[in-house]
Amino acid sequence: MSLFLIAALPFLGAVFPALLVRAGRDAAASAAGLTTFLAFVGLVIHAPAVMRGEVVMARFDWIPVLGLNANFFLDGLGLLFAGLILGIGLLIILYARFYLSREDPVGQFYTYLLLFQGAMVGIVLSDNILLLLIFWELTSLSSFLLIGYWKHLPEGRQGARMALAVTGSGGLAMIAGMLILGNIVGSYDLSVILTQKEAIQASPYYLPALILILLGCFTKSAQFPFHFWLPHAMAAPTPVSAYLHSATMVKAGLFLMARMWPVLAGTQEWFYIVATTGLVTMLIGAVIALFKDDLKALLAFSTVSHLGLITMLLGFGTKFAAVAAVFHIINHATFKAALFMSAGIIDHETGTRDIKRLGGLRHLMPLTFTLATVAALSMAGIPPFNGFISKEMMLDATVHAEWLDSPYIVAALAAVAALFSAAYSFRFIAHVFLGKERDDYPHPPHDPGPGLWLSPAILVTLVILIGLFSKAVAGPLVATASSAVIGGEELPYYSLKLWHGFNAALYMSIAAVLGGVILLALHRHLERFWNALPRPEAKAIFEGIIGAFIRFSRWVTDRLHNGVISRYAAIFVFFTVGLAWYAYATGTTGLPTRPTLEAPLVPIIGWICLVAATLAIMWFHRNRLLALVLIGVVGLMVSMAFNYLSAPDLALTQISVEVVTMILLLLSLNFMPTETPVDSSTRRKVRDAAISIVAGLGSGGLIYALMTRDFAFPSISEYHLANSYSGGGGTNVVNVILVDFRGFDTFGEIIVLGIAALIIFALTESVLATNVRAYLLNRKPHWPQSGDAHPLMMVVVTRVMMPIALMVGAYIFFRGHNQPGGGFIAGLVVAIAVLMQYMASGFAWATERQRLPYHGVIGWGVLIAAATGLGAWFNDLPFLTSDFGYVHIEPLEEFELATAMLFDVGVFLAVLGAVMLALESLSRFAWQPGMVSEHAMDINPMRDDPPSGAAEDKEGQA
Amino acid sequence: MEFLLASAVGVMTAAGIFLILRRRTFPVILGLSLVTYAVNAFLFATGRLALNAPPVLNKYEDVAYTDPLPQALVLTAIVISFGMTAVIVMIALSAYLTTKNDHIDISVDKKTGEER
Repeated sequence: MSLFLIAALPFLGAVFPALLVRAGRDAAASAAGLTTFLAFVGLVIHAPAVMRGEVVMARFDWIPVLGLNANFFLDGLGLLFAGLILGIGLLIILYARFYLSREDPVGQFYTYLLLFQGAMVGIVLSDNILLLLIFWELTSLSSFLLIGYWKHLPEGRQGARMALAVTGSGGLAMIAGMLILGNIVGSYDLSVILTQKEAIQASPYYLPALILILLGCFTKSAQFPFHFWLPHAMAAPTPVSAYLHSATMVKAGLFLMARMWPVLAGTQEWFYIVATTGLVTMLIGAVIALFKDDLKALLAFSTVSHLGLITMLLGFGTKFAAVAAVFHIINHATFKAALFMSAGIIDHETGTRDIKRLGGLRHLMPLTFTLATVAALSMAGIPPFNGFISKEMMLDATVHAEWLDSPYIVAALAAVAALFSAAYSFRFIAHVFLGKERDDYPHPPHDPGPGLWLSPAILVTLVILIGLFSKAVAGPLVATASSAVIGGEELPYYSLKLWHGFNAALYMSIAAVLGGVILLALHRHLERFWNALPRPEAKAIFEGIIGAFIRFSRWVTDRLHNGVISRYAAIFVFFTVGLAWYAYATGTTGLPTRPTLEAPLVPIIGWICLVAATLAIMWFHRNRLLALVLIGVVGLMVSMAFNYLSAPDLALTQISVEVVTMILLLLSLNFMPTETPVDSSTRRKVRDAAISIVAGLGSGGLIYALMTRDFAFPSISEYHLANSYSGGGGTNVVNVILVDFRGFDTFGEIIVLGIAALIIFALTESVLATNVRAYLLNRKPHWPQSGDAHPLMMVVVTRVMMPIALMVGAYIFFRGHNQPGGGFIAGLVVAIAVLMQYMASGFAWATERQRLPYHGVIGWGVLIAAATGLGAWFNDLPFLTSDFGYVHIEPLEEFELATAMLFDVGVFLAVLGAVMLALESLSRFAWQPGMVSEHAMDINPMRDDPPSGAAEDKEGQA
Repeated sequence: MEFLLASAVGVMTAAGIFLILRRRTFPVILGLSLVTYAVNAFLFATGRLALNAPPVLNKYEDVAYTDPLPQALVLTAIVISFGMTAVIVMIALSAYLTTKNDHIDISVDKKTGEER
């Protein structure tokens, strides 16, 4: 299976749960599970090759100029992580099916989960760091959705926001770091970057790049002092916590440090920043975890501590420590996911996860007790479980680490952390399961069904198997992943065995376990002491900082934006003109090179009309209806000018747009005041006039200067003129540019137009849902209403005109490729023909006879255009490549058919639908009850009965 | 001819901007329409002016063609600007109907911090 497909499968799969939202939990979970399983199988197929040391590649050059390539590669490290993400993902999907309740929106859950999974797989498979950054940000976004899944819980929302703020800002820092790194190497491909150790470490930008990238890793992996978001993210449903905080999201930072290890590690800076941070985090997390009463909070801080442990190991920069880190990543994922799931089971079955309210569950939930105990003992580092082996390797590595020339400090602190780690693990077992049975559990506890215990059971089996037969079960994977981390160099000596003989690590381990037992015995006293200690509350500090930012940005915004929009416009115009003046004054301007055209009388008259109308608008703009009429004159003159100056397509478009714009403005004026009151002072008017005149002089002067000079550079228009017929099969170059050369732009434009129409529709819907409707129903019209709202003459004429107008539309459409016309203009013409029916017989009458919803027309237009474009793919040509040929059917003359014409059909439909939807929405404001006319026209001599009811209504309204 | 077009662009720009700087929504919409005309004419004119030279290929004679590219650009601009005008009209209308107020400026009450 191609790596592209493996990375894409979760994203494709994310669609199904969303679509199956009404089909229930089983359907959504099956759809999610199936796609994840497929991706997992695809990964496993590659496993033998990767184990042999090969690197699977999939390359696709997307934007090579920017170095942005969609390249994926799969090596040992990628295999390990992708396996964890997809494998544990499968278990989580199963677990969540039984954990979530019927009331939860399960479709959403699985969609978010798969989006997150896809982003994670993308991170670990990316070969291009820019691509990796995109996936990195996607994990922040999708985890935000997952953590805040229970939207009704304020903790959930706050936790999600905090996680997004911390990991998102770290991600921003990392973007900067990665760009620096890419600049040092001169490539954004990881496979290239990873070979450039010397160049990177010798660069003066090494330290800034390192710090910025580490900021991203530390925030993501919850390292001190950014660790505080992780416990707050525990407000998420337990499957999310188990997934995000055992195997995936928080491991992304570790993954990246491991990925970059070959080129970034090994320096003093790396050691002191990474190892120290890891050590501090490990210690702090372990200590806090011991005093948490919430099961999930305990596990959250223990996760922080273990992440610190792995970070520290990576920070040591030795090959042995790197192997230990890789091994512990596997082990932590297995036992921590199992523990989270067990905590979820306890919460689910007893109704609480407060340790203080639990205890004595040993006999009530024997199965859960077994699973949780094995996992917790592994976390404590007790043989024969897998956590013991990696902890021993960790302690062994600390013994060889020197911190500021002191050989003992790292080992001592690590041993203390291990001690606390053992203590909180024992507490998890002792205070939840051991002790006396109680009679005040919120629910009577019992073991859950297999749906809930199966997933943790599988993980616990792994915990035992890796512990007992580590070399056989995990050995090959650890070896390939480690060799990828250390850059393909020879692996150091290590042994994945339970028994290493009597060495320093073993003594430290024994001390830690004994100390852990003692700490647990003293827990009650220690807790009293701990609660008396003043501790900084991370959430309060975080919210204080965020609050300060909000106050600052509000202050800046208030300074810059006082809500006076006309002032913004004035400032904008002023500065634009100023910049233009600066450019003009400092640049060089050549002399006029083009001869000007002579101006005959008719254009001069047109010019006079246009200028007079424009000035009149300024003068009479308070009379809004008059201003509208005048603006119609301006539009007409502009279309005439286009026609005169060799732009027939523009003239046609302008004049038809003019018609619909006028109808639109008239409709809206119907509901607005008809007069604009005087509310600017003379001083302000003079100021505005000055600004406007300067802007007008500037734009007029600029275009005059342009028109009297030749092109400064050779124009690309020659290409279009030369290739229009031979390449695009049409003689109307403007239309060929629209539907062929620049078809992609046009495609975007019809989408924009469709969106604009949908915005109008949505606005109408939401406004009419408020008390505006009541206001509109009781509104008194501005002008006396016509007694004959649907006059006979108009109805008859528009009916006669309809087929003719449609014929004209068809004619304009079909000639479009070779003569002025085309989809845009035809769409407008047909829209006007339909609009006339609305005007003649009334909105309600026309709506009753409308067969196709206009949304659908827009949608079909866009779809047809897209399908035409996609058709090119089947012939191995780029999107929107068009083809044409000549057809000869007797007795017609030979004519030409181009696929571009199909594209133009899409344009036609989109324009028609958009115009109609916009105007139809606006018309709905005028709706009144009882307005639907029974007949097409109010007075009809063919009919005997006078429209009595309608006439009375009219009188009533007037 | 060039002067006529340039001066028309200038006059329409000036009038449009003057109307945009008014304080009610309707004149602002009118002003935007005028500026749209001006901008479209401006873009069109960057292809330089030519008479009787439409960019429609003539198979039989060798004739001159004006620049087709700005025309294609402006054609879509005209249609899109209709869409945008419609959206702005709709926003203005909705704002007026909901607040019974067609002021374009948001004035914030200094004491209560609420928008009036």
